[in-house]
Order: sequence, then structure tokens, then C-alpha cells
Amino acid sequence: MTTALAVGTEPTAVAAAGSTAESTLEAAAASGLFNYAWLLIAIPLVSATILLVMGRRADRWGHVLGTLAPLASFALGVALFLEMSSLPEDGREIIDVLYGWMFVGSFDVELSLLLDPLSMVFVLLITGVGSLIHIYSIGYMSHDSGRRRFFGYLNLFVAAMLLLVLAANYLVLYVGWEGVGLASYLLIGFWFTRPEAATAAKKAFIVNRVGDVGLALAVMLMFWQLGTTSFEGVFGAVGLMTGGAVTVLGLLLLLGAAGKSGQFPLHVWLPDAMEGPTPVSALIHAATMVTAGVYLIARSAPIYNLSSQAQTVVIAVGAITLLLGAIIGTSYDDIKKVLAYSTVSQIGYMFLAVGLGTAGYIYGIFLLLMHGFFKAVLFLGAGSVMHGMNDQTDIRRFGGLRKAMPVTFLTFMAGYLAIIGFPGLSGFFAKDKVIEAAFDHPDTGWLLGSIAVLGAALTAFYMTRLVIMTFFGEKRWTEDVTPHESPSVMTWPMVVLAALSVVGGALLLSPWLHPLETWLEPVLGFEEPETPLLAAWQVTLITLVAVGIGVTMAVVFVGRRPVPLSRPVPVSPLVRAARNDLYFNSLYEATLMRPGQYLTRLLVFLENKGIDGAVNGTAAAVGGLSGRMRRWQTGYVRSYALTMMGGAVVFLIAVVAVSIG
Amino acid sequence: MSPSAYLVVAAILFTLGAVAVLVRRNAIVMFMGIELMLNAVNLTLVTFSRINGDLDGQTMAFFIMVVAAAEVVVGLAIIMAIFRSRRSTSVDDVNLLKF
Repeated sequence: MTTALAVGTEPTAVAAAGSTAESTLEAAAASGLFNYAWLLIAIPLVSATILLVMGRRADRWGHVLGTLAPLASFALGVALFLEMSSLPEDGREIIDVLYGWMFVGSFDVELSLLLDPLSMVFVLLITGVGSLIHIYSIGYMSHDSGRRRFFGYLNLFVAAMLLLVLAANYLVLYVGWEGVGLASYLLIGFWFTRPEAATAAKKAFIVNRVGDVGLALAVMLMFWQLGTTSFEGVFGAVGLMTGGAVTVLGLLLLLGAAGKSGQFPLHVWLPDAMEGPTPVSALIHAATMVTAGVYLIARSAPIYNLSSQAQTVVIAVGAITLLLGAIIGTSYDDIKKVLAYSTVSQIGYMFLAVGLGTAGYIYGIFLLLMHGFFKAVLFLGAGSVMHGMNDQTDIRRFGGLRKAMPVTFLTFMAGYLAIIGFPGLSGFFAKDKVIEAAFDHPDTGWLLGSIAVLGAALTAFYMTRLVIMTFFGEKRWTEDVTPHESPSVMTWPMVVLAALSVVGGALLLSPWLHPLETWLEPVLGFEEPETPLLAAWQVTLITLVAVGIGVTMAVVFVGRRPVPLSRPVPVSPLVRAARNDLYFNSLYEATLMRPGQYLTRLLVFLENKGIDGAVNGTAAAVGGLSGRMRRWQTGYVRSYALTMMGGAVVFLIAVVAVSIG
Repeated sequence: MSPSAYLVVAAILFTLGAVAVLVRRNAIVMFMGIELMLNAVNLTLVTFSRINGDLDGQTMAFFIMVVAAAEVVVGLAIIMAIFRSRRSTSVDDVNLLKF
């Protein structure tokens, strides 16, 4: 069967026997239920418009509409998923052209949606986890007067994210990309009267912008070199670009992805984004928006498959971020900041996985899904704890909460066991596969695998530290709190997500339901490594030993000793560095922010003295000149007469001269 | 005699009249200078009419005489009015329109 997407690409990966290296899908037009796929995006978008435009009149029922919208999208998404799974394996790519957007010369862009296994997976994640978090927010934001506005922004986010994953060309993807950036800004700065929140929102938007430049340049490069930005067109023709150009394209896309996903060196906005309400952290900064970068790289697989240099950079970014996030996460006492750095680190794992090429795309997406479940439940649990502890976030002020908040405790433990990779839970399967793929990478597998294992040990350490200081040990509560369990509208979503964290892995890998590997293989390609460095059981063993060491160290150093109420001051340089975000914020402040501030002040000075000076000076000059010139009005008739005489003489001379000459 | 002699006389008269307007302070004398200028122009026009052999210049001279007469009437009336209110005929005293 001819494969439209494989035209023009040279087989760059050595195809091992029995597995396909490249994607083998052929696009079909939309039919039947797929014609309604645009409703997935339209419903939350209309809901957001209603909620934001109607203002306070919608306050009483706003949250209900705001929750029903993603639920409706989820229902439609499930229906589309079932419809797609009834199609044959290589017939699962549907392109639905909605409307011709721009036709300029040779540049044709259509607003079209791509429905294929990868985008369906994301649709289910976004709408499913999104709906649960919407339900949770009904309870969490019940005391907030801006709740309706919150749901409006959340719906806007869901619509934009769905547009991002359903786009069939890079330009529509960019629209969704910017949309989620906007929603993130609005939601981080939701309590905009707080200066820290407003600043964090600005920081997130600006750092994102740096990454967006990369994506925009990539789109321009695609148009310039290939004349098209649609996935079909680009992937079909990218083999015709020079190697250098493909690498540059890959690096630009990586820049965009790193900005959106909070990877080194653009990770600095994610921890500050915790200023937003906790459901925002759960939805946007754990499960969905920050995974958009991973989606972009996985979707651009045909580009990365052609450039091993770009892949190496992706791997490097992932590995560095993985360790960076884990190291910093060990030193914070703010529950949300620890989870934020944990997210940075976990997404580093995902970048590492998708950087490995066809050996790792599927595992990166798998980890993304599982991370969506367990990180969401961890964040929702943190929100529940904060809700019961009067919005306190300092874990030095928690302790002994497992008796006071049992449901929160159990769901949080489920997420905790998943994230450290406890055998049998979802995180175990996902991380194991990623670490295995890392070890099997040619030439540098041992280095990457070791970094991944070290990251797993650190993850176990800081998560155990967090759990011990929050739920176990002595009560270190302040005077004004009486911890209580959260209402059921908040605990039920946590229970569902906890269940998914536990069984998710087995569910997706088991042969009874759609195993994720075969579901995604036609889109991303999959390749077993030829000579694995270590056998699978050896990798599992090493990982479990590392996790065990991490947990034990946390229990010994944190659990066995009494927890001081304020952080100890004399600490090693590494701890001090970790407390200061490994000095990244200081570095950016010194090299970028301060010069920027000075530039601004210089420009203001130039404006006041220079430009205003020029304008005011001109006015003063005109005034002075007129002051001189009015002295001609002497009032004496005779001087006027003399002037007239002089003028007449000059005129006469001129006439005579002209007539003579 | 050649007509150019008349032109020279007219030019001299015109200059004398112009100088009278510029130099003298008395309003009546300035008016006399203006009349002198007008009559010098008349002489010039009539001379040219004679040179060219047609009557255009003489016709224009008639017009100018009429206009001069009307102008004198109005001008003297103004000077009388100013004299009545200021008791002075010096044109330097009417300098209220200065800056």
C-alpha cells in the first residue's frame, strides 16, 4: 500500500526485523462522526465566551456550564475514539478541512483538523483529566467571587489545547500554542491584585515568548524551504531539505517546545507559576500545557528522525532538566514548588524519551499520560491539604495529616507510589520503559541510563520527604488551623485520578484493551534496539534499587529526626544552591533583567530629554522668532511707506532685468 | 523737443514726491507729495501716448485725475478728523498699531 507520508523520506533508521521504523498512515477525508470533531473545540470555546462576556449575571450558574462543556467534549472524544478503533490500523488518519484560511500567492493554509491515534490520545487526556479538574474546581473555588471568570479561562484553555493537538498544520498548531500561553497567563495571574501573581504571570508569558520565537521561526523556515506548513506536506518533503536545514528546523522546534514545557534553560517560569490557584497548577502545569512541547516533538518525528544532531540536543536538554528539577526539588519547603520542580524533572524524562527517536516516542507519550494522572492527583491532593490548612503551603507546618484527611492521604499516596515507580503502578511501567530505552541508546546509553536512574533515586527522595513531612510525624500546625477533609466534590476527582494512577499502566500495556504501543505505532513508528545494553530485568532491578535507596535516605534523614520549624541555615553549598534554584533566576536577572531595566530607564530618559526636548524646543524657537519678528510692527507710517517703496524698487529692477536678459 | 525730456522731468517729479512722502512729518505735506507722484505719472502716460501715437495714455490720465480728486477728498477729511481729536498733524503720533 502506498504510504503518502513516507514519500520523499529516505529510510534513516535501520529497520530491525519485524518492526516498522517510519509511520505508515495514509490520510483520509472526514466522514460520519468525524465531521463533528470540530465540536470538541467549539463547545468549550463557546462556553468560555458566554462566561466571560456575560459577566456577573452568570455567576450563579457559571461553574455548571463551565464543567459541562469539557464533559461534553470528553463524551464526544470517547465516541470518536471508539469510532476510530473500529477502523483498520493503517486507516486511522482523518483530515477534516474546516475552512480555507489564507490563500496568498503560493501559500495555502487551511484550518483543518487531524484525527489520528496520537491526537485522540491527547484529546482523551485533555478532556478527561480536564473535566475531573473542573469538577474539583467547583469545590476549591467555591469561596472565590471570581469563580465564573476562572471557569471561563479554564474553558478557553481547554479549547486552545484541543486546537493545538488537533491541528493538521503547524500554523493552526501555533494558534493553539499561543492560545494556551494566553490562558496560562490569565490563570496564573488570576488573583491579579497580588503583585507576586501578576509578576509570575508576566514571567511565564515572557519566557514562553522566547520559546515561541523558535516555533515561529520554524514555521517560517518550513514555508521558505518547503512552501507548506501542513504536516502531510512537511513530512513528505522534509527529506529534500539539506541536513543542516533539517537540524536547524529541529532545534527551532525544540526551542519552542522547551519554552512551553519548562525545560532547561527556559524552566524558570514553571515554579513561579504556582502563584495561580491549585487546579490551574494541576491542569496546565502538570497534565496538559507543559506536555505540549513533548507533543510537538513527537508529532515532528519525521523531522527529528532525519537529524541525529537535533535528537542529541533534545536528549541533552531532557537529561539536564531531569537532574536539575530533581536536585532543586529536594530543597524546597513549599509543597507546590516541590511538585512544580518535580514536573520539570518528569518532563525532562519525556524529552529524553522522545529524543531517543523511534525507540522512545511511544514511551515518552506513555509517560506523559501516566504523569498526567499521577501529577494531577498529587496537585489536587496538595490543593486539598492547603484547603484544609487555611491555604498554608509550608510543609514544615504540616505533619500528621493522615488521620485528619484520610481520603486526601490515600489518594496522595497513590500518586506518590506511582511517581516513584513502585512496582505494578502506572509510573513503574512508564519510567521503566524510558530508562530501558535510554540504556539502549547507541554509544551513550550507559550515561543516559545512569542519569535517568539517578533522577529516579532523587525523585524517590524528595517525594518521600514531602510525604513524610506532610502526612506523617508530629503535628506542627499553626494556631489557626483545624485540618478537615475536603468536600466530596473535591475528593471524588482525586479518587478517580488515583485509581487511574494505580491501574493505568497495566491497563494500557495489557493485551486485552488497546495496548498503547500498537495504537501509536502507525503514527510514531517504533523500533526495538538491536543490541540492548542491559536486559529488561536488569534495568528494572537497578531502578528499584535506586528508588529504594532514595526512599531509605529520606526516611532516615527526614523521618527519623524531628522536623525544625524553620529551615536550617548552615547548609552545604549544594543545598544553598538548590534553595536558590541553582542560581538560574539570579543569572537571568543579572544578564537579562537588569540590562533590560537599564535600557528602559535610558529610553525613558531619552524620551524626556531628547524627544520631548526636541518638540518643546521647536515650540520655544518659534516663540522666540515671533518675538523678534513683531518688532517690525513699529506703528510708524513712514517706515511702512519706506518698506513699500523698497519692495517696489526691487520689483522694478527684477522686471527690467528680466526684460533685458 | 524729444519726448524723452518729458519722461525725465516726470521721473524727477516722481522722485521728489516720493521723498516728500518719506521724509516729511506733516500729513498735509505728505499728501502734496502723493499728489505730485500722481501728476508725474499722468505726465508719463501722456508722453507715452504722444510717443505711441494713440490715445490710451491720455484716457488713463483722465482716470487717474478723477481717482486723485476722490482720494484727496477722503484723505483730507481723515486728516481733519485726526487733527480735531489730537491737535497734531504729525504722522509719527499715530503709532498705536505698534507691537
